[in-house]
Parts: sequence; structure tokens; C-alpha cells
Amino acid sequence: MHASEKPIKVGLFVTCLVDMFRPSIGFATIKLLENAGCKVSVPEAQTCCGQPAFNSGDKKSTQDIARQTIQAFDGYEYVVGPSGSCIGMLHHYTELFDENDPWKARAEDLKSRAFEITSFLTDVLDFNTILSKYDAKATYHDSCAGLRELGVKQQPRKLLAKVANLTLSEMEESETCCGFGGTFCVKYPDISNRMVENKTSNIVDSGATTLLGGDLGCLLNMAGKLKRQGHKIETRHIVEVLAGMTDEPAIGDADYELGQPA
Amino acid sequence: MQITSPAFKENARIALHDAGLQKALGNLKEGFPVKRSTAVARMPEFEQLRDEGTALKNHILENLDIYLEQFEANVIKNGGHVHWCRTPEDACKKILDICKEVDAKTVTKGKSMVSEEINLNDYLEKNGVEPIETDLGEYILQLRGDHPSHIIAPAIHLNLEDVSEIFHEKHKRPKSSDPKVLMQEAREMLREKFAGADVGITGANFLVAETGSSIIVTNEGNGDLTQTLPKTHIVVTSIEKVVPTLEDMTLFLRLLARSATGQEFTVYNTLSTGPRRAGDQDGPENFHVVLVDNGRSEMVGSEFQEMLRCIRCSACMNHCPVYGAVGGHSYGWVYPGPMGSVLTPQMIGIEEAGLLPNASTFCGKCESVCPVRIPLPKLMRHWREDEFSKHLSPKAVRWGIGGWAFFAKRPTLYRLLSISSNLFLRVMAGKKGHIKKIPLAGGWTDGRDMPAPRGKTFMSQYKSRKQS
Amino acid sequence: MSKAEILGNIRRGLKRGEATQDQKQAVANRINKHARNLVPQRAQLPHEQQVALFIEMATEAAAQIYQLESINDVPKTCASWLQDHQIDTLVTASDEAITSLDWSSATDLACVQRVAEIGDAASLTTSFAGIAETGTLMLHSGATSPTTLNFLPDNHFVILKRSDIVGPYEDVWQKLRETTKGDLPRTVNMITGPSRSADIEQTLQMGAHGPKDLIILLIND
Ligand code: SF4
Repeated sequence: MHASEKPIKVGLFVTCLVDMFRPSIGFATIKLLENAGCKVSVPEAQTCCGQPAFNSGDKKSTQDIARQTIQAFDGYEYVVGPSGSCIGMLHHYTELFDENDPWKARAEDLKSRAFEITSFLTDVLDFNTILSKYDAKATYHDSCAGLRELGVKQQPRKLLAKVANLTLSEMEESETCCGFGGTFCVKYPDISNRMVENKTSNIVDSGATTLLGGDLGCLLNMAGKLKRQGHKIETRHIVEVLAGMTDEPAIGDADYELGQPA
Repeated sequence: MQITSPAFKENARIALHDAGLQKALGNLKEGFPVKRSTAVARMPEFEQLRDEGTALKNHILENLDIYLEQFEANVIKNGGHVHWCRTPEDACKKILDICKEVDAKTVTKGKSMVSEEINLNDYLEKNGVEPIETDLGEYILQLRGDHPSHIIAPAIHLNLEDVSEIFHEKHKRPKSSDPKVLMQEAREMLREKFAGADVGITGANFLVAETGSSIIVTNEGNGDLTQTLPKTHIVVTSIEKVVPTLEDMTLFLRLLARSATGQEFTVYNTLSTGPRRAGDQDGPENFHVVLVDNGRSEMVGSEFQEMLRCIRCSACMNHCPVYGAVGGHSYGWVYPGPMGSVLTPQMIGIEEAGLLPNASTFCGKCESVCPVRIPLPKLMRHWREDEFSKHLSPKAVRWGIGGWAFFAKRPTLYRLLSISSNLFLRVMAGKKGHIKKIPLAGGWTDGRDMPAPRGKTFMSQYKSRKQS
Repeated sequence: MSKAEILGNIRRGLKRGEATQDQKQAVANRINKHARNLVPQRAQLPHEQQVALFIEMATEAAAQIYQLESINDVPKTCASWLQDHQIDTLVTASDEAITSLDWSSATDLACVQRVAEIGDAASLTTSFAGIAETGTLMLHSGATSPTTLNFLPDNHFVILKRSDIVGPYEDVWQKLRETTKGDLPRTVNMITGPSRSADIEQTLQMGAHGPKDLIILLIND
């Protein structure tokens, strides 16, 4: 990306979980995009991608939310988010409308512009100027939607390879679901719990000190389990590490300077 | 077989705490998926074969009536009979009629999931015909009064000890814990049964329209003895199994062995065409094909049509983390795992089976290994839509989603909802960074902590940053 | 009744009535073409290499292979194998290739031609073809080749001529159609190694219901 070129107009899809639980992921995503020469905006009219309704069989609500999201991101060259699952949902919008519904074409158009952050940096921008440093032996969990719906596998690893002082220690079964599954984890807590137990035992066996991933839902699930089991493994979203924004305590960790809610 | 699908959650809870079952399920995880991936790696054209298999199945389904009639005509030409059965009862009755015609006392059976689906054994027993399962796994289950928990490895929920005990009890022989000895015992016990049976019933993996043949695929050879020794061979199978030609069957055989057990080829692939020919020294004198529908014809043209591509390889369940955690019996009926979560509601009704298509994280692993690329998560989602539109989903889900969607459609209100939830969780967490217990969210916090939000919502922070 | 309902449902789903003559003809044409789908490269080899692949794959599937210079070596090979395993009776198929063999050297061995019975220890049959792709034998039923011989005895000897080895399965269908003039025998068996089961604790054990040993006598012809 040369300074002379016109910046790429990107709309950030924040995702509800990042909005509510970990804003730093949103800011890290913006920083990475800006480093890569993008002009980033955060459309006000966005809410949730609609996945809870979609996966509960409420097609009507999903369509309403889809239309709203499509409109909110009209006019951006790209729509980028720090989640394979939510961006994958944006891709599913095309399945919601009939062939002759004008929204179908708009959904297709959104799909062609919507990318998960690591895949956007790697596949679209061919960006790899990662200047951050992170002292850790990390392991990477491949979240399902990113991996199987969007083909996110090598991209995060390529980017992590550029981070100074970081070594990657792959866990067994990194591609196996962690048991989060959105509403699944509350509808089938026993099964979800067993799945995340299997996951954390693979994480622990990898000998990593940090668990990284690209989807906050899964990370909350795994971090919550690691905490409950008393493991000292830090959990972070990959963009925090790539953007060098790791001052923030890891997911589920206490504030360093025990302050009042900000 | 009693349906326990409505108790899926309770079944699953018990299964998760059943140490024996968990040990047995461990064998599954180490076995089939590893073998499949090795076999796939040895076949560079595998992905193309999957594409061709998918396209071919689609072609067949678009012409299903024509192929079925073609198949029937060729069975008849070769001296066999075809019986079309709309319901499980029709099929059971037809099979009993055939047994009665030849005055059958005992029938041997090769492994057939369709016969489980129509609950054939119970029916025959009630009507004075003794069915004898001959597949080793099925034989073990029959001795125990148990049912398959997997479509190709029926006894996968059992451990060596279970087999050793039941054999000791039923065979009245010294107890052995050597699988080799146990298998030899079953072999000896069943030899006599094979010879004494009046009728042999097998399933079919495929039906070939071109020749009127049925094919069974086994590793043990029990299916062959079942269909060769008695005077009458009945094939009980379902309508979606038909393929045009031997070449087309071959495509699916290549996919099936690798997807199922990870073998290069199953040991016995046997084509049966009509009864024995003039001059043949052995083989059955009568050949019947019982074609079961049981809801399949209604899937044609519906949003579930793609499910009819299924070749029953079991790859989807072998790779499913939910199946791997709770085992096949938790699903509460004949077909477990992802394929079962799509088929079962069709066959026993969504009212009974509604929990099954919901019991998935939609991780997509099943679809990624399905040899005929069935979009299993999408089909499970269609069931959820069906449930939702029929107002069958639990009230908590409907109200929860309804209330949440109300906000999600109104960005300003949604912001407020996020801000208040964020604040609520931060207050709950205090200084700790995570929460041990949240009211009404026991499902989450019973097993894990809830990480606390870090600071105000992104949207609030972003706004203040922009303004400053 | 059921048939009409089932076909009716299917047609309703396909949004058409009974197929037109053209549609039926299209299906008939597709069938009659016997078109091949993708045939994996693996077995598309010169014949010598197909033989090597057959041996490799059959061995991997736990079949035993004896390469014999001539079919006349069959009796002494069987006899010595059977003697090692203390078996004194061999039940055989009755095709020419077998009936014309000279068993006089196998003095301690009783050979009988008949269908198999329970308790038979060993059988000998010919085969229709060998398929290199996976080391698979093809046998089929007929007046001289009863199917029970392939399954009931504990040990199964199969004579296979090198020249009968083909590459992929597709070649064997063609060969079968040509030989039988499109009229399939009652039973066509494709056999890859001896019988086995993993139904007890997912641990593979050889010799479930079919032969525990499959011995291929590969004849140089
Ligand atoms: S759905 Fe696919 S993977 Fe599952 S059994 Fe059927 S064919 Fe195999």
C-alpha cells in the first residue's frame, strides 16, 4: 500500500460480543486496518449479525436484521470484522432471500465485500507488516465458522509468524469445536461443558502459555473454562497480539490496577 | 424400539457420566477419523469423487421414479419380486407374508439399518418367526436385548468386558476376555444358525437399475452366508438406494469404504441378482426386494431432498463432537449423529425429535467429511425453522429470541441494552475479571466462569474517542 | 397401491407427472452407455505394473499370495500349505481348470467336488478377475462355481491368472458384461482379503464369518 493511493474504505463490523465484552478487540482491528492503509468507519446502524435468530429458526427476524445490516454497510468497499462466525453469518444472508427478491442481489454484494480480519489482511491486502512483539508460547484455536465457512486457517498463522518473540505450539485437534455454538452452550450446557473440557485439556497439553483465537465467543468459553479449572493460561484475541495491544489484561483476568468500572 | 428422543438432554446427561460408555467412545475417536484421513490422503482424486458422487445422486433423485421402475423391471426379468412399502407396518407385514409362504421358523439377518427403522425383529418375534442377527456387533446386541448406537459399528458403545459377560452368560462357556476367542465363539454359534435358517434377510447398500441387482458391503462375510444358504433371500432396503449402472455404483463404493472405515475397499462387496440360476448348485431359490419408503418420497422436492443423497457411511457421526460426547443411544432412535438429527424428525415427527436438530453447534465438521456433501447444518437449521414456524420451540427460546430481536432491529435501543448488560456484568465481576455465578445463566456458570467485560462498550468508547 | 403412492409422491416432489417418453429415453440412454465416472489414476498402468499393484494391495489386505509358474503347481502348493495346517480335505469347485489338475502328488489330501458344508476346513476355486486398484478378487456363481465355497470354509484358495488382472473396477465390469453377455450371474463377489471384524472394542480381528485365510495362487500364464 503506497501513501499516494486512495485509502480503502472499510466499514468495521464490530460484533455484539466485542462491543459488550472486549472493546479492545475492536480498537486493535481498527489499528491493523489503518496500518494496512484503510480508512475505517464504524456505521452506527449496525447491531448484531442475526445469528441467534438464524440458528433458532426465526427466519423472519433474521431477514429484518439482514436488511438492516446490508443497509448499514452500503457504500463501503469492504466490511471487515474480528470474527469468522459473524462474518460467516453475513455470508449466509444470501440464503435468506428468494432469487427474485431484490435483497438477494444486495446480500450477494455484501457477501463479496465481507471479510474476517486475518483473511482480509492476508488474502485481500497481502499485508504482513506486523511490528508487534509478544513474549509467549501461544497455541491457536481454529474457530469453526472461520475455518469451514470462510477458509481461515493459514492466514492467522502467517501473521503470527511475524510477531517477534512469539512461538506457536499447535494443540491436538485445533479444528475441533470448543462447544460454544452460540445458544448451544446454554441450551445443552452438559454437552457444551464436555466439549470445552476436551478443548482445554488439549490446550494445556500443548504447553502454551497463551491461547489465541479469532472469535470472541469461543474465547470467552475457553477462557471461562481455563479459569474455572485454575489454569494460568492467558486467553486473547489474535488481533490484540498482532496490533501490539496486549497491555489490557487477558480475557477473564483481573484489572492490573484494581480500579472501579471505567 | 422405544423412542426416547424427547429425553435427549437427560439421555445425554447420563451418557456423559457413564464411564464405560465414555471409554468406548474414546475408541471411536482414535479409530475411524484417523483411518479416514489416511485413506483420503492415498486417493488424490477424492475431492473430485465427492463432487461426482454429489452430482450423480442429484441426477438420480431428479429421475428417481424412472430409476426405481427400471430397477423393478430388471428384478422381475431375473425372476425376483419387488414389494413397494409405504410404511414400516407395510414392510413388516410383507416380510412376514413371505416368511409364512415358505413356512419359515427362523430367519438369519445381515446388518440392515432399514430393518431397525421398521422394527422388524420385534414384529417377526411377535408373529412366531425367530430373527437371528449375524453381524458380530448386532449379534452381541441381540443377546443383550440392546440396539445399535452407530450405523456401521452397532456395538461401539460396549467394551470388551460387556461382550465377555454376555457371551459367558448366553453361550454357557468359560468366560474369556480375548477378543479372538470371543469372535471364534460367535462364529461357531452362528454356523449352525446359518444352515438352519429358512429365510435370509439382508439390507442393501445400493440397488443397480441397469441389472436389477442389490449390493451389500461387509467385512465379516455374514451377509453372504445369510443370503446364500437359506432358500429365500429377502433384501429390505429403501427407495433412495437406487443407482443407474455398475459404473455408478463403483463411484459410490470408492467413496463409501474410505468415508466409513477408512479401508481401501471393504472385504466383501457382493452383488445379488435374482434367485439362483438353472444349474447353480447353491444360492437362494427365491429373491425378494422390499422397498421401504417411510417418509422418503415426501422428502423429494422438499428442503430436505439433499438428505436423500446419504450413503450411510457414518463419517458425519464419527467426526461429530456431540456424538463423540454422548454416543448414539442418547439420540433416542435408530439413526444417531448429524444424519440422524436430519432424518429422525422426518420419520418420527419433529414434535418427538425436535431436540435433535437443535443439539448441534453447527461446527460444520460433518458437512466437511460427508462424501456426498450433504449440508447437514443447513438441513438441521431447516428443522429449527419448521419448529419455530409451528410454534414448537420451547417458550423460553421463542420469547428470548423475540425479545432480543426486538432490540436487534433498533440500533439505538440495542446500544442501551448492550450498555446495561455490560454494566451489569462488570458490577457482578467487581474487581475479579470473571464471574463465578450469574443468576439465570447456570448453564454457563455451572461449568465455567464468565469473563467480565473490559470497560464500557466499544460503541460508547468509540464515540467518546471520536468526539475528543 | 403403495407403489402408486410412492411414485406419486416422488413425482409431486419433482413437480411433474409420469415421466415423458423423452425423459425415460434419456435415462435409458444414460444406463446403456455404461459411462465411466472419474477413474482414479492409481490403477491406470501397463499390465505388468497392474500385477505388481495387485500383489501389493492384496497383501496389504492380508491375503497370502503364492506366485506359481504354472497351474500345474497348484496341487503341490495347496497340499503343502494344508499339510502345514494339518488339514486333510480340500473341497473344490468343478471348473475345467480345477478338474483337469493332477492331484496324484498330494497323496495325503482328499479332494472333493461339491458345495461347501459347515465344518469344511478348506476350499479351492478359480476366479474371474483380479482388480489391481485394491487387490480385489472377483468371483461369480455358476454351475461349476458354487458361492458357498467362498464363504463357509475356514481357508479359501483362489486361482488367479496373471492375465486376468485388470486395473480399475471399471475394467472388470466391461469384462463381465462381455463374458456373460449382459446376463449377470446370481452372485458376483468382490473379495479383498480374509474376513474380519472390529465389532469388539473397535479392535480388528481376522476371521469373523468368512475364511480366516485367503490364499491367492497367482499363475504365470
Ligand atoms: S450424511 Fe453424509 S457423512 Fe453422514 S452417513 Fe450420510 S453420507 Fe455419510
